[in-house]
Amino acid sequence: MNELLATGSLSLLADRPYMPPEASTYSGTVDFWFDFILYCSLFFFVLMNGLTAYFAIRYRRKAGAKPHGPTHSNTLELTWTIIPAILVFVMFFGGFHGFMNMYTPPENGYDIAVTGQQWNWTFTYPNGHTDSELHIPINTPIRLTLESVDVLHSLYIPAFRAKMDAVPGRYTRMWFEATREGTYNVFCAEYCGTSHSDMTTKCVVHPSMEGYKEWLAAADPFSKKNMTDEQFEEYKADPAKFIAAHPEIKNLLPLDKMGEILWKKKGCNACHSVDGTANIGPTWKGVYGKTEQFENAPAQTVDDNYIRESIVDPLAKIVKGFPGSMPAYQGRITDREITALIWYIRSLGDQKAK
Amino acid sequence: MSSLDASTALGHGHAPPREGVNYLNADNSVAGWLGTLDHKRICILYLVGVGIMFLIGGLFAVLFRTELLTPGKTIMDANTYNKFFTLHGAIMVFIVIIPGIPAALGNFVLPLMLGTKDVAFPRLNLASWYMWLFGTLLMLSSLVFGGVDTGWTFYTPYSTKVQGGAMAGVVPTLFGAFMLGFSSIFTGLNFIVTIHKLRHPNMSWFTMPLFLWSIYATAVIQVLATPVIGITVVLAAIERLLGIGIFDPALGGDPVLFQHFFWFYSHPAVYIMILPAMGVMSELIAVHSHKHIFGYRFIGFSSVAIALLGFLVWGHHMFTSGQSTLLSVIFSGITFSIAIPSAVKMFNWIATLYGGSISLNAPMCYALSFMWIFGIGGLTGLFLSTLATDIHLHDTYFVVAHFHYVMAGTIFVLFGATHHWWPKITGRMYNENVARVACALLFIGFNTVFLPQFVMGSLGMPRRYYNYKEEYQIYHVISSIGSYIMSAGVLTLIYCLSTSLMRGAKAPRNPWGAATLEWQTASPPVVENFETTPTAGDPYDFDALRYDEKTGDYVYVGNPTGPKH
Repeated sequence: MNELLATGSLSLLADRPYMPPEASTYSGTVDFWFDFILYCSLFFFVLMNGLTAYFAIRYRRKAGAKPHGPTHSNTLELTWTIIPAILVFVMFFGGFHGFMNMYTPPENGYDIAVTGQQWNWTFTYPNGHTDSELHIPINTPIRLTLESVDVLHSLYIPAFRAKMDAVPGRYTRMWFEATREGTYNVFCAEYCGTSHSDMTTKCVVHPSMEGYKEWLAAADPFSKKNMTDEQFEEYKADPAKFIAAHPEIKNLLPLDKMGEILWKKKGCNACHSVDGTANIGPTWKGVYGKTEQFENAPAQTVDDNYIRESIVDPLAKIVKGFPGSMPAYQGRITDREITALIWYIRSLGDQKAK
Repeated sequence: MSSLDASTALGHGHAPPREGVNYLNADNSVAGWLGTLDHKRICILYLVGVGIMFLIGGLFAVLFRTELLTPGKTIMDANTYNKFFTLHGAIMVFIVIIPGIPAALGNFVLPLMLGTKDVAFPRLNLASWYMWLFGTLLMLSSLVFGGVDTGWTFYTPYSTKVQGGAMAGVVPTLFGAFMLGFSSIFTGLNFIVTIHKLRHPNMSWFTMPLFLWSIYATAVIQVLATPVIGITVVLAAIERLLGIGIFDPALGGDPVLFQHFFWFYSHPAVYIMILPAMGVMSELIAVHSHKHIFGYRFIGFSSVAIALLGFLVWGHHMFTSGQSTLLSVIFSGITFSIAIPSAVKMFNWIATLYGGSISLNAPMCYALSFMWIFGIGGLTGLFLSTLATDIHLHDTYFVVAHFHYVMAGTIFVLFGATHHWWPKITGRMYNENVARVACALLFIGFNTVFLPQFVMGSLGMPRRYYNYKEEYQIYHVISSIGSYIMSAGVLTLIYCLSTSLMRGAKAPRNPWGAATLEWQTASPPVVENFETTPTAGDPYDFDALRYDEKTGDYVYVGNPTGPKH
């Protein structure tokens, strides 16, 4: 009972033999509509096959029996058009309503970056730790940004009823909030070649944020546990210098910190400020989540895919009031570097999160 | 009553038929078969070809179902498994089901039902069969080049990017699909023109058998949608061969664009596969219950509605692809609207059975199986068009089970239709009891294979998995056992039809008491189709027939009270 109250989910009582355990805030909604459709379908299936079987026996061919019965009836036709039409509209609306919740990430959440590649998943945590397993705290909205380095993949966690494709060359986003601690299957659901079926991992839901943070600190190579005290002090004093001295752990830098370094290294800082002053290009401060007006395209909210496009193909959308003078970075920047820049820009103020 | 001759409608006369000569024995040289322009012989060419390919496609399925008896390796490695399910899908969709009813049986039945001598373009008809043959050989040739493991959907960038190993056969497979597509387009074009121009003078659109309505609706989709898959597979082949960026983001392309192109054809293709089966259902249900079809116009128009709406739902294959949520909502809504005309057909067939004189012979057994199988296939579609539930079920075994229940509905009807027109095509009867045993084995086997797949799918088992978690094993084992029962059913079916060919009783003209025109000629028909002008009336007016106990034949006597329409 305590577990029940802790997770705040009454649907725990209703685990179904034909569904995985319900472990996210929206899995109950999915199962409710699944059951609604199941019962409607069973009714019509029994009705149709019952009548078919009954007629097939009752009217089986006998000598001298003459076929009879009407050949058309508009009343009947309208009945079996309108009743199913109403029912499918209810299904459509229920599914639409649930889907909007499932596919609209909340404005505040805990961000984790996901990379799919043949044939494993890599999860990058806010502190820069990367791991092949997904660890999350309970009762916290988790927002995942997915990308793929090679072919299509799809992150699927049956217990959360959550699924989203990872597409090379663009970002996709998904979110969920776990309501039940435990370890759950994570699958790749989009066929990706020879070892597609081995592209599986675990999602560990920690019973509290504190427990999760403890795990992350222990797993994080920058934590004291994995470094001498001396190294840790050195790292805290100047992360960039420490990383430069230890090239083997370069990729473990927190994504937003890595983005900050790239902002200087790639020369972004020549035109884009991070303190709100307009330069040759728009400032990055507070730009994430803002609705931007363009010279040559309809207005759009600044999100991951927009930033990606602005880097690889800057002239596709030129912000009003600025010259279209940025060079294209297609081929001169890696996917991971783009992701790092996005995390940096997001760290400079996310309009949506306010 | 018409005094017009069917061949007059064609604009030329013909010599009177010779005694004892029919289309099967008229000219048995190799050129007489492989160079034939006779639509009935082209049907035989298709039936033999499609039949062989069905066995090959089925063999792949039995082999990989055996592999799935245990997690990890059972009898083959992962690459072989991936190649087998790819070929199973590509063969069954492009080579077997799409031409199965329209090109194979439709070729035989359509001109006869229309009361005409042949299709409008007999040479194009033969060319379609050769395109089917070369497309099939190209696809099979991929095995020699090392195989294909993309899945029948050829999703990019996997299909255009990954080299070597199991992927060397991608290009021949894509060109095979291209050839098969054009075979389908030409058949559709031929049928549209034939229905417009060569109908019996007394046959209006609304006294046309419903099979022809469905073939017409199918042909419209074939002509309008198939060119898109043709262009798409060529673009994919160009990207693979020349490295021009179309779908691969590394080359500046868009991988999701391929999915839009692919499903713009492949969703309507679902209706290319199912509409002809629905048309045959209207014939089977009416004829074998000797009962006028219920709601003729509603059934006819629902075929057209399904064909048109089928063009507007392709995005429901892409709810998790990252496409905009607005787009997903619109596609979900339109998808639901297709449920209505499909339900209307089911209810009309049930209403036709009411008060009939139902013969539970093999064609009717297959038709009743369709009610069960397509019932499940259609209803489980509701789970997948509902957005919230689809996110969970997408790309799981639930989807696999769903589309097999729809597609196998077509296969069951194809078998039912083969038995129904068998006496007309071969001139011989088959053994009813053996045929019913085959149907029962297929029905039980099919449900054993696919019912457990719904459960493991909703439990989260993804499709196209060589290896799987142990908790799913019980469902896989049941499913594999079902595939062996189905195999027994297929072998029984082959036994039934081959014994009929060897020593079946001679078929009368009209053994079922059907009122459509193909039953007014000899079994098998003469080369010219009809010895005398057939009489076209209401295609479902069974009062116009009298049973002759001596010959076991139904004789057309005309309806004294006049046609019902």
